Amino acid sequence: MEVTGRNNFKAWLYLLPALLFLGVFMVYPLVDVFIYSFEEGYNSASQSFFGTGIYNYSYVLHDPYFLQALKNTFILVIITVPLSTGIALLISLGLNSIKKLKELFQTIYFLPYVTNTLAVGLVFMILFKKTAYSDGMVNVLINAFGGESVDFIDGPYWAKMMVLCIYTIWIVMPFKVLILTSALASVNPVYYSAAKVDGTSKFRIFYRITLPMISPMIFYLIITGFIGAFKAYSDAVALFGTDLNVAEMNTIVGYVYDMLYGDSGGYPSYASAAAIILFAIVLTITVINLMVSNRTKK
Amino acid sequence: MENKTDLEQIEKSSRVKDIAGKTVTYILLAIWAIIVLFPFYWMILTSIKSYSSYNNEYIPKFYASNPTMQNYIDAFKTVSLGKYLVNTAVFTVATTAIMLVVTVLAAYAFARLQFKGKNIVFVCFLALMMIPNELVIITNFVTITNLDLRNSFPGLILPSIASVFYIYLLKENFEAIPDTLYYAAKVDGTSDFKYLIKVMIPIARPTIVTIVILKVIECWNSYVWPRLITDDSNYFLVSNGIQEIRENGFGRENIPAMMAAVVVISLPLIILFLVFRRTVMSGVSRGGTKG
Repeated sequence: MEVTGRNNFKAWLYLLPALLFLGVFMVYPLVDVFIYSFEEGYNSASQSFFGTGIYNYSYVLHDPYFLQALKNTFILVIITVPLSTGIALLISLGLNSIKKLKELFQTIYFLPYVTNTLAVGLVFMILFKKTAYSDGMVNVLINAFGGESVDFIDGPYWAKMMVLCIYTIWIVMPFKVLILTSALASVNPVYYSAAKVDGTSKFRIFYRITLPMISPMIFYLIITGFIGAFKAYSDAVALFGTDLNVAEMNTIVGYVYDMLYGDSGGYPSYASAAAIILFAIVLTITVINLMVSNRTKK
Repeated sequence: MENKTDLEQIEKSSRVKDIAGKTVTYILLAIWAIIVLFPFYWMILTSIKSYSSYNNEYIPKFYASNPTMQNYIDAFKTVSLGKYLVNTAVFTVATTAIMLVVTVLAAYAFARLQFKGKNIVFVCFLALMMIPNELVIITNFVTITNLDLRNSFPGLILPSIASVFYIYLLKENFEAIPDTLYYAAKVDGTSDFKYLIKVMIPIARPTIVTIVILKVIECWNSYVWPRLITDDSNYFLVSNGIQEIRENGFGRENIPAMMAAVVVISLPLIILFLVFRRTVMSGVSRGGTKG
């Protein structure tokens, strides 16, 4: 087809709304966030600043709240990504080996995906919370096994981190189970039949056939899992409330938003610097992941 | 003869093993199902316990001895749950509708129309997919504040519209529609726009439904942007609403009423999911990102 001037114009007209929205709310902010991050002493009221440099980055990197958020986020990532991927793999293997009730289980397992993180987080909070009039459901269970009650919401650091990890895993599981179940179902059954004829053991079949066949999907889940966990925020708010710094449970994303708005807000420059540090971390981890996955392919 | 008995024995023992394996599998799957369902059970159970009976149970009971609907009435009367729901519905419908128009037009331009610089623009679009929301939200916050659009629906909706990924998804789908249809329509004198409406959209309907459902889920659960841009509770969406209810809702810590609100907020999406189960699950496996 020949490209005529009129056609050209019409095509741009179709694209115009998308270009407009993306330009104003994605491209411009992307450039702007870097500019903000180097503007020192930016004042959002007068919209002025008195210098440029890397002070914002150095401020953020020395801020104890940021370091706490960094630590929390890393612990959350290191615990939840392997655990959730592993459990999801076990569940998917189980799902794939049954016929009866499979659809029912799949439907149930997917439910957390369609729930409001903030709303259902409150249910986890009351299940784990210890108050004056009740120790909460989880503590009743712990007591039944002879343990001591723990205040998981306002108590020691490890207890709070544990609840956050449990809730995060509960939330991310549906996506992983869904992806892995369909990956497992797409492995050609001929391989399994051949292995069975050869009398290969079940573990060997899994290790030698299933795992290599679905490894691209596992890597995909690990990468998206890392990215998602590094951006954790609303799960923490759901459990511990909006004042995450006081609860010692802030995440990097939470730190960005606190710098921007709220009681400690009004510092878009610090927020920008923190957001760019987060982006750099996520990018590095993703690149490492891709390199590892490429190497295992060879 | 002996050989045969051996074989029978092997078959029998492997059948026993199989049954044992199946049983263990079912038990483990059931345990995970209970872990998933328990919070839902607990929120419904708590929401029908009365305030006094809930607070009198030092060891929480697994059933409600005197179920009551009072908490649901409280959730709508004492706090503005109704308003939060209406706000969220307006936000969801408006955002999804505008997003759909923008997405369909852009996908059509990329899939069907010829223009100079198409490839460059498309590569730029793909590059934008990698940009995390956290990076652009700071400037958007400043932009919307400067435009004086805080605490307004345009302020909530406008930055939530653009979704590069959906344009990409729909473009792929549009491209799968054979060219011959397009040329036939051109010969008949059908305009591009009419062709898009009458032919392309109906054929791509499954993908469009997927996009709509994914966007609705995203809108209904969105928390970060609404929290930044609204501090007037008249414009709160459900996520912020429930946070508000938690922090200074009923004047006292009324957990049963809070759980009633949680049930009301969770219900619309769960119903949507149960009705469109297959579409939602296949849509998420194609384009979901939460997790």
